[in-house]
Amino acid sequence: MSQTTLEGGFANAPHDAARAFRACMTAMARPGRIEAIGGATPPAPLSPAAGALLLTLCDADTPVYLAGAHDRDAVRQWLAFHTGAPLTGNRADAAFAAGTWAALQPLAGYPVGTARYPDRSATLVVEVDTLTASGARLSGPGIDGHAALNLPGPAALRANNALFPQGLDFYFTAGDRLAALPRSTRVEDA
Amino acid sequence: MTDYNFAYLDEQTKRMIRRAILKALAIPGYQVPFASREMPMPYGWGTGGVQLSAATLTPEDRLKVIDQGADDTTNAVSIRKFFEKTAQVATTTRTPEASVIQTRHRVPEAPLSADQILIYQVPIPEPLRFLEPSEVETRKMHELSEYGLMHVKLYEDIARHGHIATSYAYPVQVEGRYVMDPSPIPKFDNPKLSNCAAIQLFGAGREQRIYALPPHTSVVSLDFEDHPFEPSKADAACALCGDHDSYLDEVITDDAGTRMFVCSDTDHCTARRDAGHGTEDAA
Repeated sequence: MSQTTLEGGFANAPHDAARAFRACMTAMARPGRIEAIGGATPPAPLSPAAGALLLTLCDADTPVYLAGAHDRDAVRQWLAFHTGAPLTGNRADAAFAAGTWAALQPLAGYPVGTARYPDRSATLVVEVDTLTASGARLSGPGIDGHAALNLPGPAALRANNALFPQGLDFYFTAGDRLAALPRSTRVEDA
Repeated sequence: MTDYNFAYLDEQTKRMIRRAILKALAIPGYQVPFASREMPMPYGWGTGGVQLSAATLTPEDRLKVIDQGADDTTNAVSIRKFFEKTAQVATTTRTPEASVIQTRHRVPEAPLSADQILIYQVPIPEPLRFLEPSEVETRKMHELSEYGLMHVKLYEDIARHGHIATSYAYPVQVEGRYVMDPSPIPKFDNPKLSNCAAIQLFGAGREQRIYALPPHTSVVSLDFEDHPFEPSKADAACALCGDHDSYLDEVITDDAGTRMFVCSDTDHCTARRDAGHGTEDAA
């Protein structure tokens, strides 16, 4: 275990987690809206936004799947020390998954909930280079008219929306900012 | 060092509630089960709403708590003091100044803004519960969107009374999918749920359910073409501020049956009287 493993967590966990959660909730309630989130400095390649989100929401009850380059010792140990979340190599067990869009594919492997309990589904934290309010056209609950967000895979996200009320929920993270796309959002090409 | 963790609950409990809130927002109107905790107040006193508030509050928030529209009743005062003590958050009675509003059975008269969060205390979250006592069966009914029974209930109202007599906890359908209990708000408030700018969260502590409405969500009160939904209120004006359009409480003032109607939303009434409105407006 290296020194960096122990560092980079919330300085004041109750306050930092409350503020980070507010950013997560505002983003999920207003799909496409880009929110600032801070408080964490995780090891690369985990972004500060993804790190803060995982610190806020993950614990011993939430298996985490790390995809591709995110599945490295530094990240594993940091998450284990700061959240106690069990890491899983099996997508079907994941409550949260983090990685790039390409590394997280295929989406078919993650739990989408059951018809009776659609909440028993995974939340995917997708690391992207930038977040801008342009690109795919979003509409649905939480959006007054239309919103826009640069989504990595509109077709796959459209297919996810078609599963409603089942489906996956997404956070897109870049640096210290994040946006969300719940399963309820309709995605159209711009 | 203070005696309580921020907002009373421990961090693991808040994470569990926060995860449930996010799933509730992702599936509007769907009831997410959560591991409701014992709170230092009895079930039925707003433990669901208190847990949502505890998981939602940040140190920068300004909290307002209302009980049937009033800021000054026991339940509202107790919960406001609870969070003043355990979260050291600022509080207010003014609706426009609040960032988080916990409510029992009313929606404030003042339109809510995008910066606000409205948290409802819910006694029975399952709208089908009095029609079908089994959770296994009601889960299946939600799964299949099988809501015919609810329409039968409303029809029986019409057959018996000539109109839909349900006047509070009037069932709504969210985005054409889940039928939801709006909590026991008067049906006068139902139209305010739809296309609301604020985030709306619903918490039932004893029944261990959380559900939510993201902003600008379509919420339709169930009705029939020939018996359309009608929000209703007492046909009077407020005896204190003269408002014709706010929801009114009937207050009996003596043993001879003398009564007066006053605004249920105390902040709305106070603000109007401060602005110079009075009984002469009622004429």
